[in-house]
Amino acid sequence: MSENHINISTNQPFNYCLHLADNSLIMGHRLSEWTGHGPMLEQDIAISNIALDLIGQSRNFYQYAAQLKGEGTTEDSLAYLREANEFKNILLVELPNGDWAKTILKLFFFSTYQYYLYQKLINSSDKQLSAIAEKSLKEVTYHLRWSSEWVIRLGDGTEESNKRIKNALDELWAYTGEMFLPSTYETEYAENNIGVDVSSIKIDWDKKVNEIFEEATLPSPNGEGLGVRSFGKEGNHTQHLQAILKDMQYLQRAYPGCEW
Amino acid sequence: MPVQQLEKIFDDKLEKEIRIEPRDWMPDNYRKNLIRMIGQHAHSEIVGMLPEGEWITRAPSLRRKATLLAKVQDEAGHGLYLYAAAETMGISREEMNDQLLTGKAKYSSIFNYPTLTWADIGAIGWLVDGAAIMNQVPLCRTSYGPYARAMIRVCKEESFHQRQGFEILLTLCRGSKEQKEMAQDALNRWWWPSLMMFGPNDDNSPHTAQSMKWKIKRFTNDELRQKFVDICTDQAKVLGLTIPDPDLKWNEEKKQYDFGKINWDEFWNVVNGNGPCNKERIAARIKAHEDGKWVREAAEAYASKKKNVKAA
Repeated sequence: MSENHINISTNQPFNYCLHLADNSLIMGHRLSEWTGHGPMLEQDIAISNIALDLIGQSRNFYQYAAQLKGEGTTEDSLAYLREANEFKNILLVELPNGDWAKTILKLFFFSTYQYYLYQKLINSSDKQLSAIAEKSLKEVTYHLRWSSEWVIRLGDGTEESNKRIKNALDELWAYTGEMFLPSTYETEYAENNIGVDVSSIKIDWDKKVNEIFEEATLPSPNGEGLGVRSFGKEGNHTQHLQAILKDMQYLQRAYPGCEW
Repeated sequence: MPVQQLEKIFDDKLEKEIRIEPRDWMPDNYRKNLIRMIGQHAHSEIVGMLPEGEWITRAPSLRRKATLLAKVQDEAGHGLYLYAAAETMGISREEMNDQLLTGKAKYSSIFNYPTLTWADIGAIGWLVDGAAIMNQVPLCRTSYGPYARAMIRVCKEESFHQRQGFEILLTLCRGSKEQKEMAQDALNRWWWPSLMMFGPNDDNSPHTAQSMKWKIKRFTNDELRQKFVDICTDQAKVLGLTIPDPDLKWNEEKKQYDFGKINWDEFWNVVNGNGPCNKERIAARIKAHEDGKWVREAAEAYASKKKNVKAA
């Protein structure tokens, strides 16, 4: 079953829903790679918990998208049977975890983004999106607090941890700009008051990042974070997404049409 | 107070089924035996995260992915409160972790087997968690208070895991021919190692008699193993799977199943470090520990900076 023809253009926020779902799923998937390998047991549990929240969020969005699409579409056909170029997640979430500093900083950037995004999405004229945003915001508030605390701890911890989180910043910053550059479907749904105008949350995002960086004794990041011009939201991904999907989708692909 | 008198108080408590608590006097060997047992149990939870964790990224549906992730996370939680229970006996978590990484402390040998297919996740839930529950339910009444209380919580979650595992297999058994074969293959590989989880036969178990006397253990290894075989044999019928034991037969007289001889050479071989994944498991724990060193140091450094600021 191929999902090649899903770029339907109606007022229904199908693509928008997929974008939100893909972001959460791929981030959650990456975080779950830490399960059993965390630097200490308590943090192993915490990061697994955040992964679980994100996978739960993605399921809510996928289920709604499946409902919009109809024709036997399910949350699993959306997650497991699309090709990499049909995924609409931002590139930031598909990047490899790297060390704890890189994972933490990636999550911090992403949680800050989700935090302001969901705050606005609650006001969506689409009741379902609004409800999912409201439920998810509670979780994301915690993710933001947890990751902020770790950014501060690593920035203001030891010389090594400071160096590592600065390295992470060097690697990740170029991917942050994509969050605030709207895709065609984001623009479309923002105009209909269904989705959020992502360019409007950049100011809050910057402010939060600078506030936490200051407490973490980290330098304020330079530039717009647009070093990487490829656009994950429109399906142009890094090779890392293919690797993720190869693993994730393997059973569904190897044994098509089965119940699991 | 003279030792004889302390011993009498201790024995009286055991007799009256009053729990021994951390501040109570207890014989040295009771303490040592419990530290060994609880530590081994905690390590098993932590190492046990690895074989199942390998399937989180490959789980075949979002629901299965979320459930498996939650399950592995529960195991980390169990490890955490078991370590805390052991700490009440005066051993530190670092020391226990060190014993695990250096091979001084054991963990359940079952986790030295590989998880080759998705059906293994079902088989682990059904059989491995099933055997663990069989071992652990009586431990909810074990004589040492903190251990007993930790076990109550652990058992509740384990029985949930066991049902999930059974349900994974049931779905496979009702699925395609390949799926059912996958389930049978998993049962073939996990059955005997699961029976070994109850430990050596009673006449060959050095700790059992004393542990029973101290009311740490309530049933012998063989008693629990028999119960497990009886229950699983009936459950396998529901699944439509064949237990890989030609000697498995209902014994009308004893009202229980007779079963074949366990390969104890394999058991001791795995216990002694030569199972399929012993080295890999410990290597994964060592790597997590070493990679996490700078993180723990940073957290400590930051915490002490904050403490100094507060104090100043």
